[in-house]
Amino acid sequence: MPSITAELVEQHHLIPEEYQKILEILGREPTITELGIFSVMWSEHCSYKSSRVHLKRLPTRGEAVVQGPGENAGIIDIGHGYVCAFKIESHNHPSFVEPFQGAATGVGGILRDIFTMGARPIAIMDSLRFGPIAESGFAGPPGTKPVNAYFNRRILRGVVSGIAHYGNCFGVPTIGGEAVFEPCYQNNPLVNAFALGIAKKDQIFYGRAGGSGNPVIYVGAKTGKDGIHGASLLASSEFSGSDGQQKRPNVQVGDPFLEKLLLEACLKAMQTGAVVGIQDMGAAGLTCSTCEMGGRGGTGIEIELDRVPQRETGMSSYEIMLSESQERMLLVAQRGREEEVYQVFRKWGLDAVEIGTVIDKPVLRVRQHGELVAEIPNDALTEEAPVYNRPIASPQRIVPLDPSVRIHARTGDELAQDLLKLLSAPAIASKRWIYEQYDTMVRTNTAVGPGSDAALLHVKETGQGLAMALDGNGRYCFLDPRRGARLAVAESSRNVSVTGARPLAATNCLNFGNPEKPEIMWQFYEVVEGIREACEALQIPITGGNVSFYNETDGRGIYPTPVLGIVGVLNRVESHVTLTFPEEGLTILLLGKHNISQQDFEIIFGSSQYAQTVLQSIWGLPPDVDLEREKKVQACCRQLIQAGLVRSAHDISDGGLAVAVAECCFGKNVGATIEIAQNENPLQWLFSEDPSQIMVTVHLDQVAETSRIAGQYNLSVAVLGTTGGNSLKISFDRQPLFEVPISLMKNLYESALEAAIEKI
Amino acid sequence: MKFGVVVFPGSNCDHDAYCAAEIMGQEAQFLWHESRDLQGSDVVILPGGFSYGDYLRTGAIARFAPILSSIKEFASRGGLVIGICNGFQILLEAGLLPGAMLRNRNLKFICRQVNIRVENAFTSFTNACSERQVLQVPIAHAEGNYFADPDTLIGLENSGQIVFRYCTPSGEITPEANPNGSLNNIAGIMSRKGNVLGMMPHPERACNPLLGSSDGRLIFASLIRAISLMGASKPELIKAR
Amino acid sequence: MKANIYVSPKKTVLDPQGATIRAALAGLGFGGVETVRQGKYFQILLSSNLTPAQAREQVERIAREVLTNPVIEEFTFQIEE
Repeated sequence: MPSITAELVEQHHLIPEEYQKILEILGREPTITELGIFSVMWSEHCSYKSSRVHLKRLPTRGEAVVQGPGENAGIIDIGHGYVCAFKIESHNHPSFVEPFQGAATGVGGILRDIFTMGARPIAIMDSLRFGPIAESGFAGPPGTKPVNAYFNRRILRGVVSGIAHYGNCFGVPTIGGEAVFEPCYQNNPLVNAFALGIAKKDQIFYGRAGGSGNPVIYVGAKTGKDGIHGASLLASSEFSGSDGQQKRPNVQVGDPFLEKLLLEACLKAMQTGAVVGIQDMGAAGLTCSTCEMGGRGGTGIEIELDRVPQRETGMSSYEIMLSESQERMLLVAQRGREEEVYQVFRKWGLDAVEIGTVIDKPVLRVRQHGELVAEIPNDALTEEAPVYNRPIASPQRIVPLDPSVRIHARTGDELAQDLLKLLSAPAIASKRWIYEQYDTMVRTNTAVGPGSDAALLHVKETGQGLAMALDGNGRYCFLDPRRGARLAVAESSRNVSVTGARPLAATNCLNFGNPEKPEIMWQFYEVVEGIREACEALQIPITGGNVSFYNETDGRGIYPTPVLGIVGVLNRVESHVTLTFPEEGLTILLLGKHNISQQDFEIIFGSSQYAQTVLQSIWGLPPDVDLEREKKVQACCRQLIQAGLVRSAHDISDGGLAVAVAECCFGKNVGATIEIAQNENPLQWLFSEDPSQIMVTVHLDQVAETSRIAGQYNLSVAVLGTTGGNSLKISFDRQPLFEVPISLMKNLYESALEAAIEKI
Repeated sequence: MKFGVVVFPGSNCDHDAYCAAEIMGQEAQFLWHESRDLQGSDVVILPGGFSYGDYLRTGAIARFAPILSSIKEFASRGGLVIGICNGFQILLEAGLLPGAMLRNRNLKFICRQVNIRVENAFTSFTNACSERQVLQVPIAHAEGNYFADPDTLIGLENSGQIVFRYCTPSGEITPEANPNGSLNNIAGIMSRKGNVLGMMPHPERACNPLLGSSDGRLIFASLIRAISLMGASKPELIKAR
Repeated sequence: MKANIYVSPKKTVLDPQGATIRAALAGLGFGGVETVRQGKYFQILLSSNLTPAQAREQVERIAREVLTNPVIEEFTFQIEE
């Protein structure tokens, strides 16, 4: 057995102070296996050592919350005796190294987190970010590396087919998400996978090892050498240019068919009543699941590695403990009732092996060939892992506050061209090319699938609707992390509200650069504050999530990118509305219309999709969302939908009002005639991305009632125009400004992404 | 009447088929792949999914399952069998229907609503439809590009065995309306005796207007009618023309 | 003993994967490529107790009855040692 050298410690990404702490905890030199265990459990990915002190500030309680952060997934009560479990997790680094398998195993991992809790997964969503996929376009803020669109398209294709491969075979619909393209994600794509499941309230399971003497059972795939130090180390250090190739063997290969068997068998095994606790083996595999289950249960776990099913011969204890082979679960059963559990797994053709027992002493104890190879207190690996309050310093702005280009008044023709350009920008254009590769309908619950503000699922058991949306905006957060984070919460929540559903809780995935840099830590601090402010104001607790640091390649970080996943409930699924204009002759209203000064407009316009796509520039600040008004607008919209007044609803976001109106025309080919008042600036009116505004359609004779209800919320309602015709007609001060046929807009909107991606 | 829904370990549309039968007010039961007992089912559904992972070829291993031998025997006695998506692939591999599936022309999994035209309304699966009726039913598959050699294809065409073709919303059979490259826009075929149907689109996903279409109900309604006719005047089956 | 089994689409069957690869190769400047057919390759390790004749018979049956779909695919195989 090698003695532990300083070099070995460094190779395990442990700093000397951390190694000192290990010596103190153990009172002796660790074995090599123990060193490996400490290194993965104390890695950023598993320990949250840089983020913990900040995450504590997030609101996590609420009337619907059954389980907050700290378990495999958060759980909320949706009533009628049912709960829903959901979570989002990043798989960024593996998806860069090997896009197909990286994304596939990301989906596999988040699904296991859900069914581990006893919930059957019923939905997947994915938030994806890539470098630009078109050769020409915005090149990024100063200092950004040249765009390699060919490379970015290859990563996009791999990631999408990986998600499709896993989700489709597993049999859970992928019903929404986002796909964003910015130069900063070129060498650091973001793949954040979200999953949601439902369970009966009295059938929730936790990752706790209880009852000394109970058997610890290993289920699923055999353990191989793949993925050793995979997620835990890949996600805890930066990349340098050539690493991509070198790190390839660390990425695991997923088997969705096996996971489907695991799902069915685990849910059945739970029903026997013989299962005490259960946890999946994800990052840091057997190590993490054993010490966490012991830690949560206030017990210990002792295992014998010879009993662990192995794919290769001659694996060392170090390799077995650190392997990240996929599709494996660890469960604790009641002693004497093991056979009931084995029977279930046999039916599904799965290996289930007793590899150890629950013990009283709160340690992780590992033997191989009968010899002790590791014994570490659980707390040392979990609760007492190092925590850092890293230095924070606000960075120098690298883009100006004021417009770097002059914003000229535009003619009607120019504005029409601008709209078409926005509709065909990959960030705005239809994501059909992506989501048609996903099975969006399996399980026959999908009331509203991808391409809408939020996805909506029918809960057959209760007749309810479950709305969910994923949102983030890295560009906003780059310009002002706190404002950007507040906007992400507000938008995700608004997207849920426009279906008619009431937002209940959130999960978040926080993607950042290297936390050892004070300016990155400042971004992180500000983002957490922004999320806290918005979640408190909108009364949406955070039930869990994930932090991904070290999203840097060659020293350049990504935009700070928090992604919010918000889930809401609608009492009767039939009462929902969508964004599509349902028929001609409806009045189009804007709820929460507010005016900002020309000066403020010029500053916030620099954060817009228009600035990026049309002006190819970036400056200024994102809009400063007024959270009180945001809350009122959403509540009012929900009330209007519940009252049956509203026929369609869509919020204003990327691309502004013009893009929002166009999107409403496509579903049923119903056009609109819109009037911009004489006191408005058409450019601002059409393309500014002011938050807290929702466009709704109502029957003419219900405009008064709608205004009356809005008045109760102290909200203004502006009449924008009427639906009808086969084009979008915009007039300004009663003079025609421009008119674009729906067919032209729709054709560009539908085909732009495909045209960009299918280039070889 | 009883709908038997076969469950392979990788089936994932089994619950959807089960629910569809329930929506139609019928009894449904699951049939485990390792069993040989059809439990008195009046109609057997082979649902969509990935049967045994489908790593070799879709449906290639499923045809060796114990339940398949019972289904073959059931079909040979004139029993009604419907294979949907992966179920269709299994029926082809098992030789209960002619032809084979290739990967979709664009090599991708495709999930979307499509239109299919009823080519033969005098079958146990379409008697509630009118001739040439256009149904909106979703597809979700990576291998639905139907292939058969020219002689087989002519045979299918001449004996009215082609039940559904991909079409435009107004019912025209065009190359653009063909999502996956299937020969002659074929979306569903039946056996010569008319009691085994394979189709790539998912009628069980089109039984609730909330989900976008309820045209799939017509296929289940047809089956229910066919079975009650069989019960009244058995064993006369509705034959292909 | 080791058997190498090659399964490929029949010549009369359109091979969309092969066609796509050919198009990609042309796009990348490999002008000399006329056709590409994509197939599958299986490696099977056989018990040394089998006689060469038994091995051939088994492998042929495996290839015909399981590994290929005769409607669209054909196969060849070799046995080593």
